[in-house]
Amino acid sequence: MNDDRLAEGATATEAAVIRVFREEAGRLTAALVRIMGDFDEAEDLVQESLIEALRHWPADGIPERPGAWLMVTARRKAVDRWRRDTRRSGLLEALAREPVPDPPREADDRLRLIFTCCHPALPREAQVALTLRAVLGLTTPEIARAFLVPEATVAQRIVRAKRKIVEAGIPFRMPEPQELAERLDEVLAVLYLTFNEGYLATAGPTGSRRDLAEDAEWLTSLLVRLLPAEPEPLGLLALMRLHRARDRARFDDHGRMVLLSDQDRGLWDRETVTEGIVLLERAARRGRPGPYQVQAAIAACHDEAPCWQDTDWPQILALYDRLAAFWPTPVVRLNRAVALRHVAGPEAALREVEPLAVSLDRYHLYHAVRADLYRATGRGEEARAADRAALALAENLVERELLEDRLRA
Amino acid sequence: MKYMMLIGRTDEEWTSDFHARYHEAIDQWWGEHAQAGEIVGGEELAPASTATTIRWQEGRQFVTDGPFIEAKETIGGFGILNVPDLDAAIAVARSWPVAGQTVEIRPLVGQDE
Repeated sequence: MNDDRLAEGATATEAAVIRVFREEAGRLTAALVRIMGDFDEAEDLVQESLIEALRHWPADGIPERPGAWLMVTARRKAVDRWRRDTRRSGLLEALAREPVPDPPREADDRLRLIFTCCHPALPREAQVALTLRAVLGLTTPEIARAFLVPEATVAQRIVRAKRKIVEAGIPFRMPEPQELAERLDEVLAVLYLTFNEGYLATAGPTGSRRDLAEDAEWLTSLLVRLLPAEPEPLGLLALMRLHRARDRARFDDHGRMVLLSDQDRGLWDRETVTEGIVLLERAARRGRPGPYQVQAAIAACHDEAPCWQDTDWPQILALYDRLAAFWPTPVVRLNRAVALRHVAGPEAALREVEPLAVSLDRYHLYHAVRADLYRATGRGEEARAADRAALALAENLVERELLEDRLRA
Repeated sequence: MKYMMLIGRTDEEWTSDFHARYHEAIDQWWGEHAQAGEIVGGEELAPASTATTIRWQEGRQFVTDGPFIEAKETIGGFGILNVPDLDAAIAVARSWPVAGQTVEIRPLVGQDE
């Protein structure tokens, strides 16, 4: 199924190149950082090699051992850079000796790379950009297109982040066991944000050949493989699957977003729902609940409901209470209020929602939820005002269309 | 690597019994980390109300009362850390015994590897 989706957005060769990059870029960056001890230069060499591959592979075909091809290219680029630099001659020898790939070291190498890119001393946008580039092999223009920001902005974020890694001494190693949970939270936050960005943009004119949601899902499944004892990566992967199962119902024939309440549930992919639930059960058996497992449980409740009205709202409300215990944020309380509406009515929900204005006044979905609740309580004028406020703040195209439709109705 | 650890403090904390309360804990903390070779220097500073700042304005220097940046929290002390990397520095800074105080760590420039 993944392959079909790739082929829709890109040509077959492009899709194959993306798969190779995903598999090889992080592996190569990780190996080079370990050998060279210089994150900045190692990452540059990989990026240059990927660009070289993009130049040759579409015409010449993908080499039989793409990982080796990229390693050889990176080595050649290192030689070009440092031929005259005698201090680096030892480094070039070490590069030449490095077998490709080096399986026993590989798992640790990749984890180290992921944890370095998602180090809490880096700002979130830089963590995301760096992870996409160094671990998943996206190019700077691709990241810029995916996040609708200028290329120069992304390039600058990456330069700054890499400079900080070197100058502040951010280490290239696994977190200590007592730090692992907290450091893993950072990684999961980066993956979740990337997934959401890609998931929302599915029908948008991003012009990107990469599907960010798919990249995030791939990396999450890698994390599950590399950290098999940890339940939260499994929970996040379950959450992604349970959302992706609704892919075919999320947009109508004109590419417009369809809300969960209005989706044709017959289009949902039952096999993927089952996969998601199996993942969630695997996570639950570890006996350590966490926010991603709870969110996956909420998604599972929706996926298993025959229709919006017959959703198990009391269960969803209880799950939001658990989520709020992990993440006591206004956004979680807003979502909880949506569930509360179906358990205790729109008036009760409004009483919860209105005080959130202090923190969520600039968040478009706060106003969209408010609009819904006003409509449900017969306050049409206030509903329209709230919808207009939502529209003024919404940046995503598909969400804007939905709000514009509501205002026209 | 060497880092400077800057410890934030409000002047109320200086004047209240806060200081007396944490004195022992700080001494002990400092002693342990110095013994382990992780702290190679540092001092506590008098309150920001004692600070004098020299700044430039329109090409001239002015001497003014008060700290560098007016803020509720100012630098109350510093330590020089000598640790392998940022994660180690974060671990030391995290263990600072005064709950509620902000700690900043910055690498020193021009250190030999």
